[in-house]
Amino acid sequence: MAIEIETPSVGLSKVAVSETHGEDSPYFAGWKAYDENPYNEAYNPSGVIQMGLAENQVSFDLLEEYLEKHSEATNWGNTSCCFRENALFQDYHGLKSFRKAMASFMEQIRGGRAKFNPERIVITAGATAANELLTFILADPGDALLIPTPYYPGFDRDLRWRTGVRIVPINCDSSNNFEITPEALEAAYNEAESMNIKVRGVLITNPSNPLGSTIKRSILEEILEFVTRKNIHLISDEIYSGSAFSCTEFVSISEVLEARGYQDAERVHVVYSLSKDLGLPGFRVGTIYSYNDKVVTTARRMSSFTLISSQTQQLLASMLSDVEFTQNYIKNNRERLRKRYEMIVDGLKKAGIKSLKGNAGLFCWMNLSPLLEEPTKENELALWKSILHEVKLNISPGLSCHCSEPGWFRVCFANMSEQTLEVALRRIHDFMNKRECMKTIV
Amino acid sequence: MEFKSSQILSKLATSDQHAENSPYFDGWKAYDNDPFHPTQNPHGVIQMGLAENQLSFDLIEEWIKKNPVASICTREGVDAFKDIAIFQDYHGLPEFRKAVAKFMGKVRGRRVTFDPDRVVMAGGATGANELIMFCLADPGDAFLVPSPYYPAFDRDLSWRTGVKLLPVACESSNNFQITLQALEEAYKNAQKANIKVKGLIMANPSNPLGTTMDKDTLKSLVTFINEKKIHLVCDEIYAATIFRAPNFISISEIIEEVECNRDLIHIVYSLSKDMGLPGFRVGIVYSYNDTVVNCGRKMSSFGLVSSQTQYLLASMLSDEEFIEMFLKESSKRLGNRHKIFTRGLVEGGIKCLESNAGLFCWMDLRPLLKETTFEGEMELWRVIINDVKLNVSPGSSFHCDEPGWFRVCFANMDDETMQIALRRIRTFVGERKEMDAQVNNKRWKKTLRLSFSSRMYYETSLSPHMIPSISTSSFTTCSCDLNIYLKVII
Repeated sequence: MAIEIETPSVGLSKVAVSETHGEDSPYFAGWKAYDENPYNEAYNPSGVIQMGLAENQVSFDLLEEYLEKHSEATNWGNTSCCFRENALFQDYHGLKSFRKAMASFMEQIRGGRAKFNPERIVITAGATAANELLTFILADPGDALLIPTPYYPGFDRDLRWRTGVRIVPINCDSSNNFEITPEALEAAYNEAESMNIKVRGVLITNPSNPLGSTIKRSILEEILEFVTRKNIHLISDEIYSGSAFSCTEFVSISEVLEARGYQDAERVHVVYSLSKDLGLPGFRVGTIYSYNDKVVTTARRMSSFTLISSQTQQLLASMLSDVEFTQNYIKNNRERLRKRYEMIVDGLKKAGIKSLKGNAGLFCWMNLSPLLEEPTKENELALWKSILHEVKLNISPGLSCHCSEPGWFRVCFANMSEQTLEVALRRIHDFMNKRECMKTIV
Repeated sequence: MEFKSSQILSKLATSDQHAENSPYFDGWKAYDNDPFHPTQNPHGVIQMGLAENQLSFDLIEEWIKKNPVASICTREGVDAFKDIAIFQDYHGLPEFRKAVAKFMGKVRGRRVTFDPDRVVMAGGATGANELIMFCLADPGDAFLVPSPYYPAFDRDLSWRTGVKLLPVACESSNNFQITLQALEEAYKNAQKANIKVKGLIMANPSNPLGTTMDKDTLKSLVTFINEKKIHLVCDEIYAATIFRAPNFISISEIIEEVECNRDLIHIVYSLSKDMGLPGFRVGIVYSYNDTVVNCGRKMSSFGLVSSQTQYLLASMLSDEEFIEMFLKESSKRLGNRHKIFTRGLVEGGIKCLESNAGLFCWMDLRPLLKETTFEGEMELWRVIINDVKLNVSPGSSFHCDEPGWFRVCFANMDDETMQIALRRIRTFVGERKEMDAQVNNKRWKKTLRLSFSSRMYYETSLSPHMIPSISTSSFTTCSCDLNIYLKVII
């Protein structure tokens, strides 16, 4: 886990030669297999179906419809001064209209149960940058952030690579649906202490990736109580907040704070992005919302390295300040994701596969541990390989998410058409049937 | 609501390396509090500390109007919306990389070609400079940098990377050209102090000098770094702002003529100055080192260019006819502006370093200093900000070794504003010289406020409201959140 120290090649930095970027992991073979043989309904119906990519492609038509109706507003139109002002705008505060629109959008996602002040919004090029930036600000090299497992594999790179900060896992398991417990929090903190590592904060993803479920209010309160007691920070990555299947199921840390009059709020920082909820990962739109003035000031200065293109800020300022559009989008997006989720869970059930009860996100957390002869890392890897090469599905193995129990896999369902999802489910069904038959023969 | 947050944040966060606590941001404060406007505030502060290229927007706007399909938000272009919106591959859009490589070649007169597969994106040149440092140096390592240099290097290259900058002073005696002797000495001193030098970084064309390096100098730099086995990073962000001879020679051309280990050569580029699009955050790292390209590409995840912007620029930059015309016209306009501005300065008795590039002049105001010290420079600067009402950048903010030099930008305003600025300068210089003559042999105390009123510097009739509200003694460090220090010298 530590950054490897090797003899640098041609005098490069240790960061450059370390493997903390994480791309030498065996799971990249999945991507390679897909790239070399990508599924296409018409041209390559037996190719690899990409189910390892958490992208939201179910609601593009709503965005395209908006753009077609409002091309004047989102473009620079005929006013020449607009283009010029926009192209020159490099102020790290970000466009005021953009920040206002983001604040309003975040409030709508939370059903108005939390208020966001545009002055506390710091812009970054994607949540990738936001998470790294916060880590630079909240922790020194060698310090640690506690993160509940299983977690988004990208954190290994985003939080550790250039910052030199470590991740100590808060182990969660299936016995209680992978919920975070006060005991697990304490255990992680103590583990860090025993290694002489200073813990600077807890980072949660809510809704969770890869679990596809939201964190209960009571657990959020426990986490807040824990970080307050230890006098450390809490980062809440709420990138999937608009992808909860119903508005009321998702409770944001911001609601918990508002309900208690913002007591202890200065240790809390929220990360958000439009990559998942709006399906715009290419636009690199990330934000940090901090309740701590010094963090806001410092993060803003640091965002100089990773600002959002003013062209993109302008487009989104228009789009997201159209309340009629956003309300309609949020509602429909949630509904479509819920339908997709039900479709995949039903399909998996029919194939004899159980999955964790989910209520958010672009993926489902399925349990293939019954297929493992023994619950080992090697067996999970072997199963993953056979799903990749025989079933031709690229799914994400739990071990890549640091899950403490082998046999769990994340399967994405929102980055493809319904037809493709049906094909994938059929393949899974056939695969499971074959294994059943093999069992009875043996 | 303190929860001891100063102890709770990282050392990086609580350090001053963001560089914004310097007294120099007062120039920006003065501008922000009293910005010049031709009709609404004709006696306000004119912004001359901002190196922006605003002379050729009309050309770009016209292109955009003629090419609606290049935008994914127009009816003509919306078909591409979905594919572009989901494209987050850190390799970048292939057509974007191709267009950038071609553009870079064109800017260098097609004397060299660039490989699209070596083009790595970053969040502006700010992001690109930081990224290359992360790839080449460890915390505590050092990079030599010829001074005077762009002040934001202190933040961009050092803040989060922990890399030290070792200025190599250049002198006015030879027009601030870097000498091998100075480099050798700086390198030796670093070795003596046990500081590990990993490379040399420089901007060519230079900010703040506005000059380009000649072939011999560039060749000797390549020989120097090759012999020492250290890296060479060339920030060529002003490559297309050349407006007169001598022509720009890029490091990419030199390495075709000089034997060297190409793994040591890296270029930083951006569209913020050449195209005048700083808001779009288009930074590029172009390295001849495969490992750096691979590592840099992964690192670019932290600062990718918006795919919407990549798409637009891919289209624009590959319109050969437009680019050919734009580069020619932009250069012509910059040249004209430079000519008129420097002529105006000369008429006012101010000399500038002879320059052939950039969006600014390097003014020699040494004759106007009360004392040839940096205190003297600050005193002069305060007068220029508060009384002459021009925000110019003092040489000390560029780590210049000699007091009295100031950078003044000329491409971020229209012709009329420039003329007003020139008039104010001429009046000021006249008054200052007269005052010098009157107080011959008198020794000025540092704290004594200059006695002539700001009314001298205004073109029209007076009004009580024109007396500046900011006193020259009130240069206290302000803790308010403004990115103005860096705007003083961007």
